[in-house]
Order: sequence, then C-alpha cells, then structure tokens
Amino acid sequence: MDFEHVKGENKGKLVLFALSTCGWCKKTRVLMEELGAEYDYIYVDLLQGEDRDEAVEALKVWNPQVSFPTLIVNDKESIVGFDQDRIMEILG
Amino acid sequence: MTAGRSSKEIENYYQGLKKDIEASGYNFSPDEEFVKELLESILINKERYGYEACPCRLASGNKEEDLDIICPCDYRDPDLGEYDACFCGLYVSGKILAGEKRFTSIPERRPGPDERAKTMQEAKDAKIEFKFPVWRCRVCGYLCARDEPPEICPICKVGKERFERFM
Repeated sequence: MDFEHVKGENKGKLVLFALSTCGWCKKTRVLMEELGAEYDYIYVDLLQGEDRDEAVEALKVWNPQVSFPTLIVNDKESIVGFDQDRIMEILG
Repeated sequence: MTAGRSSKEIENYYQGLKKDIEASGYNFSPDEEFVKELLESILINKERYGYEACPCRLASGNKEEDLDIICPCDYRDPDLGEYDACFCGLYVSGKILAGEKRFTSIPERRPGPDERAKTMQEAKDAKIEFKFPVWRCRVCGYLCARDEPPEICPICKVGKERFERFM
C-alpha cells in the first residue's frame, strides 16, 4: 500500500485511512496538521482493484465496518470518525 | 478537488437542492462551506461512478450494491432521529440548526461489507404472498401495495430502485 507522508513532529505512529471526498476526513487531516503531527494517510476511494482490496482488508482488522476516517495510533488503538477530543488528547 | 467544477455550478446545485429539501422538511448543515464541499464531492462521485454515492462512504462502483448509500441514503432519517445529523453532516435536524446541539461526526450505521452481503441474501430468500406486494421506500418509509413501486417516491422523490419488497 502506498501511503502519502505528511511531515511534522513525531507524535507516535499515525496511520489514517480516509476518503478524498469525505468532509470529516478532511477535518481530521486539518486538525492533525494544525497539531503539527507527522502521519501517513491513504485515500482508499482513489485506489482500484487489488490495491483497494488490500487497503480495505487492512482497515477491516481495525474497523470491521470499514468506515472513514479511521486513524490507527501506534498499531494499538483505532479512532473511528472525526473524534476531535480523542485526537487532541493524543496529539495535543 | 475544485478542478472542472466552477463555483457557480456548485452554487446552483446547492441553491436548487436546498430549496427542494427544505420544502420536504429537511435541512442542510448551517456550515455552508462544509455543505458545498460535500455537494462537490457528490458531483465527483456522480462522474466517477454514475450515481450520487455518499461522499463519506466507500462506494463499490456497482450501483446495486450501493443503492443504500446513494444520497439521500437509507440511513439519513434514522440518523437524524438518533443523532440529529446524517453520517456526512450534510443534513441536520432543527435542533442543530437552532444551535441547541453540537454539530459533530456521528457513528456509522451502515453495516460492514460482510454483514451487508448476508442481509442481501436473506432479503432475497424471504417472500410471502399477498394479493399485491407491499413496497417500502427505504429512504422515507412510504408504503404502497401495488404490482410495482412508483417511478418516483411521491413523498421524498427518490427513484423506483430505492424501494424494497416489504410484504
């Protein structure tokens, strides 16, 4: 899977599964960037065929509903949806 | 993301839809910029998939599998009832419009892919015989007993393909 990298301060391993068309995904990215965090993201809607299947399967492990945005923190916790309070708690 | 779509096109789409939905008792979010971004995304999806798939969910590209997430989706009304907003935050209740409740992201009601496949199969298997079949609009709940569902739902104006066999 090819993730896009966003430079910033290392606040742990942050991996964001998002859609390029989704409003809450955008708000999540804006918040993470305001907090200056370094992270990787992938726009699953822009993937096709096997690449998309692979991303969906990887996300399913953390979030069986396969909803967006889903932020995986340190390979330990998943934050589903635009959970402003939780994101600020972790990255604040 | 704005490539190919003028702000005038978005503005017209917004104004036209806003008038229609308000006439049926629905409201867009008061965050106009957020709403316009979502509407632009719906237009992107229409171009990409051929139908107005929900911008906040992963569309499969197969219309039959995605009927439940064509905007307005099957989950809008239950979400407005329970959370005062739809999943995208495009539609909100009067409470949010009046500023009595915080506008934020809500949990996903749509079942995951595995569960959806199971439900689709169960719906195909279940059939009871009446003099007329009863059809239910999956968006607004309108029921009618006739051979075929109407071309357009008389209540919420979605197309025939959004009806399911109810009885």
